[in-house]
Amino acid sequence: MIRPDAPVLLEIRDLHASVENQPILKGVNLCIRAGEIHAVMGRNGSGKSTLSKVLAGHPAYTVTAGSVLYKGEDLLSLDPEQRSRIGLFLGFQYPVEIPGVSNLEFLRVATNARRGQRGEEELDTFAFEDLVRDRLSVVQMDPAFLDRSVNEGFSGGEKKRNEILQMALLEPVVAILDETDSGLDIDALRIVASGVNQLSSVDNATLLITHYQRLLDLITPDAVHVMAAGRILRSGGKELALELERSGYDWVDAELARLDAEGERQPLEVA
Amino acid sequence: MVAAPAVQAAAAGSTAASLAWLADLAGAPLPTRRQEDWRFTDLSSLAAIPAGVAAPAADQRGDPWAELSLPAGVTRLAGAAAEAQLGTALAVSGCQQHWPVLLNAGARPALLALKVEGDAGTLELPLPAPAGEGVVAWRLLLVLEPGARLDLLQVPAPAPAQRQLLSLVSEVVLGEGARLQLGCLAQGHNQAALFHHLAVRQASGSELQATLVSSGWVLARHEPRVVQEQGAARTRLLGLQRVDGRELADTHSFVRFDGPEGELDQLHKAVADGSGRSVFNGAVQVPRLAQRTNAAQLSRTLLLSDRARIDTKPELEIVADDVKCAHGATVSQLQSEELFYLRSRGIDSTTAAGLLQRAFCQEVLRELPAGALRHDPMTALLGAA
Repeated sequence: MIRPDAPVLLEIRDLHASVENQPILKGVNLCIRAGEIHAVMGRNGSGKSTLSKVLAGHPAYTVTAGSVLYKGEDLLSLDPEQRSRIGLFLGFQYPVEIPGVSNLEFLRVATNARRGQRGEEELDTFAFEDLVRDRLSVVQMDPAFLDRSVNEGFSGGEKKRNEILQMALLEPVVAILDETDSGLDIDALRIVASGVNQLSSVDNATLLITHYQRLLDLITPDAVHVMAAGRILRSGGKELALELERSGYDWVDAELARLDAEGERQPLEVA
Repeated sequence: MVAAPAVQAAAAGSTAASLAWLADLAGAPLPTRRQEDWRFTDLSSLAAIPAGVAAPAADQRGDPWAELSLPAGVTRLAGAAAEAQLGTALAVSGCQQHWPVLLNAGARPALLALKVEGDAGTLELPLPAPAGEGVVAWRLLLVLEPGARLDLLQVPAPAPAQRQLLSLVSEVVLGEGARLQLGCLAQGHNQAALFHHLAVRQASGSELQATLVSSGWVLARHEPRVVQEQGAARTRLLGLQRVDGRELADTHSFVRFDGPEGELDQLHKAVADGSGRSVFNGAVQVPRLAQRTNAAQLSRTLLLSDRARIDTKPELEIVADDVKCAHGATVSQLQSEELFYLRSRGIDSTTAAGLLQRAFCQEVLRELPAGALRHDPMTALLGAA
């Protein structure tokens, strides 16, 4: 829901970033207000996943220019763990398997780190079990997955449900979901999308990174952005995603070539 | 500066002098690093241990095990019955003349010989060293009759703040279809060293699981040696050693199949921090008669410091042609993607690294007999979380 007077939660200004000295992001601008759901679309290699990792603070990525403000504060100076504790969440495209670390213990330590930041008391094992069993319903997850190692041997769908379960426990202010729809069958997709919809409110915001319209059939975005060559090439409403579904990304090359010819690097607003 | 070589020579001379009593006790000179089996294992740290033998406390008849209560099915072996078996596992596995075994014999060890029949449940064998400095020696003989079962937990422990060399020689004879789950939880301290030989004879159809865990010793050397005398038995060897500071831990394992269709599943793990040094050598012999042997060995090391050192070596001698023998070794640091995943959930990097180390160790610790939990092996290994 777009409300022009809603507070700005995340403001990305002219963000440049590189990995192993290879520039990937080349001037991303994006402003997200409370209550909004944004979708970033684009082909492989356009920089979508890099954007999500840079926002979460992955140490392999170096920010070379630009700024990111989270509720008006400098986000980029914070460690990944601090970003999580103040309410930034990254749902991983490929959730990491950690053999030997109990999923339940992991979820509890993570939840308590966030609660500590909010001035809430830490939950002991028993109190946490009550909370987690309540939140399992958000993603219709089998409690048996709590007793296993983090993501170990989980199917693609189970891993993504586990990501949304973490989101339900951490109650982030800004959630970035990196290709949460990839590798999901339609039932799992519905469950994950329903989880995201349940968790979204007027006080938080969601940034969906996706290739496909099918996720956006289930989660209606307030804004859609198309990324190419490390920046946002076009922004629009939900109809932009539908247009992409019809006509594909071929126009992107033509537009990039035209911009290069003009030396023009500003995103175009689509009416 | 000119005097430096002379000073070094004098230091080396005094080390040799302060080790001479150990050679006398064993009746054989100490191994040197010129011997292949001791190439990475420097024994000079033993020079800090004062000459002497500290005998375990005993009752009036000289029996240090008088207080030990044995589960039903476990009885003491004595006299000719014990003599007939004593030394056979050492001989079969070819380590009678190993220096740590000679040292153990020279130190007149406290001997415990047990026979196990039927399903004997669990036996915990605390091996607390007495106060007093020098060598403390135990020798165990365990004979499992055909079909017998036992879970055995050994907990050798040095006396606090005493400069001690603990010597443990265990012999196990497994009858047909017998099953032993053995755990050795050896937590040392910074003035103590440990030599541990475990020699096992396995009859066909028997199952051995041996889980050896050690940390905190200035020097620890484990030599599990297993012979499947007719093949067709199952052997599972698990090891976990952690070194920090200037500690050294060494596991030299040996498994031989003297018959067909034997199985070995071996996992050795090491965590090396500080300037610690970890050594693993895994010998597996599959002679011609051991057709259809199925053996797998994996060595995994977590290297946490750029000053720590790892030497790991599989040593497979395979003559039989119809066998499966897999081996592998990995040395890694904490995985950066795992760390980032944990940090992205608000878990600080120290806690995240601790969780990953615990996970690495847990794979072996969970294989210890159930009674080991009481000793909180994870905290012993890694300190409080």
